[in-house]
Amino acid sequence: MRGSLTLVLTLTCGLMAGLSLLAAPAAAAEMPEIESRSWSFDGIFGHFDRAAQQRGYQVYNEVCSGCHGLRLLTYRNLAALGYGEDDIKAFAAEYEVTDGPDDEGEMYQREALPSDHFVSPFANTQAARAANNGALPPDLSLMVKARKNGANYLYALLTGYGDAPDGGELPDGLYYNAAFPGHQIAMSAPLDDDAVEYTDGTPATVDQMASDVTTFLAWAASPEMEERKRLGLKVMLFLLVLTALLAAVKRKVWSRLH
Amino acid sequence: MSSSDNTHPLVKWIDERLPVFTFLNHELRDYPTPRNLNYWWSFGSIAGIVLVIMILTGVMLAMQYTAHVDYAFDSVERIMRDVNYGWLLRYLHVNGGSMFFIVIYIHLFRGLYFGSYKSPREILWGLGVIIFLLMMATAFMGYVLPWGQMSFWGATVITNLFSAIPLVGDSIVSWLWGGYSIDNPTLQRFYALHYLFPFLIFAVVFLHLVALHVSKSNNPLGIEAEGPQDSIPFHPYYTAKDFFGFGVFFLVFMGFVFYAPDFFGEPDNYIPANPLATPPHIVPEWYFLPFYAILRAVPDIEVFGYILITAKLAGVILMFGSILILFFLPWLDFSKVRSARFRPIFKQFFWIFFVDCLVLGWVGANPPEGFFVVLGRIGTAFYFAYFIIIIPLIAYFEKPRPLPESISAAVLGGKKGEDS
Ligand code: HEC
Ligand code: HEM
Repeated sequence: MRGSLTLVLTLTCGLMAGLSLLAAPAAAAEMPEIESRSWSFDGIFGHFDRAAQQRGYQVYNEVCSGCHGLRLLTYRNLAALGYGEDDIKAFAAEYEVTDGPDDEGEMYQREALPSDHFVSPFANTQAARAANNGALPPDLSLMVKARKNGANYLYALLTGYGDAPDGGELPDGLYYNAAFPGHQIAMSAPLDDDAVEYTDGTPATVDQMASDVTTFLAWAASPEMEERKRLGLKVMLFLLVLTALLAAVKRKVWSRLH
Repeated sequence: MSSSDNTHPLVKWIDERLPVFTFLNHELRDYPTPRNLNYWWSFGSIAGIVLVIMILTGVMLAMQYTAHVDYAFDSVERIMRDVNYGWLLRYLHVNGGSMFFIVIYIHLFRGLYFGSYKSPREILWGLGVIIFLLMMATAFMGYVLPWGQMSFWGATVITNLFSAIPLVGDSIVSWLWGGYSIDNPTLQRFYALHYLFPFLIFAVVFLHLVALHVSKSNNPLGIEAEGPQDSIPFHPYYTAKDFFGFGVFFLVFMGFVFYAPDFFGEPDNYIPANPLATPPHIVPEWYFLPFYAILRAVPDIEVFGYILITAKLAGVILMFGSILILFFLPWLDFSKVRSARFRPIFKQFFWIFFVDCLVLGWVGANPPEGFFVVLGRIGTAFYFAYFIIIIPLIAYFEKPRPLPESISAAVLGGKKGEDS
């Protein structure tokens, strides 16, 4: 059975590879090829590069937050980027939230607190569309998980602007983007060189900002990742030892039979 | 060993009134098991463990989840972000679902290969098929709960299938939905049923095990264990073997949970459900893909220009038929020889069938266009031909290889089983 299993699996893989070549052109037309980059958060020991995360937060804050919300995060989550309590209070205090009712039964505006969720730029989708030519800037909290090839796609999208290759004209309000499915996106290129001035002095090239904000958003989508991988390592080591012991027990027990 | 070995007076006192200890001894310790079971036989008990894990993690998730269209998506994200080890619970439950299907598919193909469905195990097999159907219903409804884009649109596509039923179809669909579209009542009833069904599965698994312990396990040789030399007590031999199997299984399972938790998922389900925006490709979870391919395989069936059966209805009939046909397998395959090891022709077609299922899965993952339509039709035709035509023909014409005299003769007579 083992022999025939290998044979069949090989045949299947071969067949599928061959067939997918036939089918590939159709698929390629819709989904642009996305290049894979290496990220600090890849792999078994992956962790978020703190400096990149902080720079990425700066990019989000100064550029993207004008249009995109991050509603699943609270300000105090930023502690994970290495910010202290006072920094976080200051970040939050830049925003206002509605609270209440107070003792008179009135709603009132107050400065956001670390326990508040990130304040979204628009009150509702209608307002967001009205301000963006009818297009809706999606919330970015889960963006990296909500697209195939998440981080690589986001980077490719942010660096994918340019002129349409065949010099074709695009409809008003749409911009050519090599990574976006269909290549016509309603978001104008959000990043230009020196769109932000990094507090740590890193030159703010488009590549640098795209990669930083991607790292930040990858964290926003999976804030548990570092803890998960750290715990995973312990669990896997434990299971390896346990399984080895169980294998030994099994051999010992069964040796009585032969 | 029997219960009389338990000399502790309390044990004895209880046992004389409620013979749980005798029962456990009988069914889990002394229980005679063929001595030649290979690791493909470990997957039944692995499935049992997974079922327990699903129920435990599910109940704990339920303590934090909110079944309401306005809160469901965010309550899941709250579990992921704010509940202590909530991400672990959710990833265990999500990946556990996929593992459950992998394990069950192996368990089921094991049965197909070694002829475990044949007399006297027809009811054991039938109970297995019922478990499989219940699992599919449970998984389908569970996938709706996070209320992401695929939750919503997958549910829309699948529930709409019932509208293909002539005359009463549309009424059935609004009855399922609890309204005129998939909405809050749908989510709430799916939640209630998703909570209920695993306990039904538990009950059917119990019956499955009762039936198993009546007929005893089949084995790679497919011949019945006759004397004591063919069998060994379940404990310690198969407990030891199964526990090693658990270890390997958990390594794979935890590998996904900790290092690729979204491997089996669809990115679209991290976008909140939006009834106004249809995703470009609606695909069900991977374990439904072969059935999804069968669903979409058939065209309208016309007679003299009149549509006799719509493509939708035909698809629905075939999709359900593809599972229901498993109930009849014990009678379609009337060859007296169980194990494919002694059935050279059957063995070849078994593997072709296996590949056919993979191909159907691949077709199901792709849009029903051009080449995939053709492949889907060929695959579907073969799927049914395998059960209805090929298996009975093989049973009739094939000349099986000679069977060994007994399990012990084959195992101890110097010739070891090749599959272990
Ligand atoms: C002037 C407003 C504006 C700014 C600033 C902006 N965006 Fe956008 N963004 C949009 C709009 C509008 C869309 C919707 C585009 C569409 O659907 O065609 C969008 C879409 C997106 C998408 C989704 C693409 C997809 O696959 O659907 C991502 C990711 C994104 N923006 C990231 C960013 C990042 C990161 C920044 C900051 C560097 C940023 N945006 C800054 C308006 C903006
Ligand atoms: C919740 C899901 C299930 C659980 C927990 C489960 C559990 C088990 C266990 C513990 C065994 C004994 C060990 C073994 O033979 O592997 C077994 C045997 C068996 N199961 Fe299942 N099972 C499940 C689903 C199914 C399904 C879906 C089928 C097929 C449609 C099936 C068919 C069988 C058969 C035929 C046997 C006897 C096999 C033999 O002895 O050769 N089971 N099951």
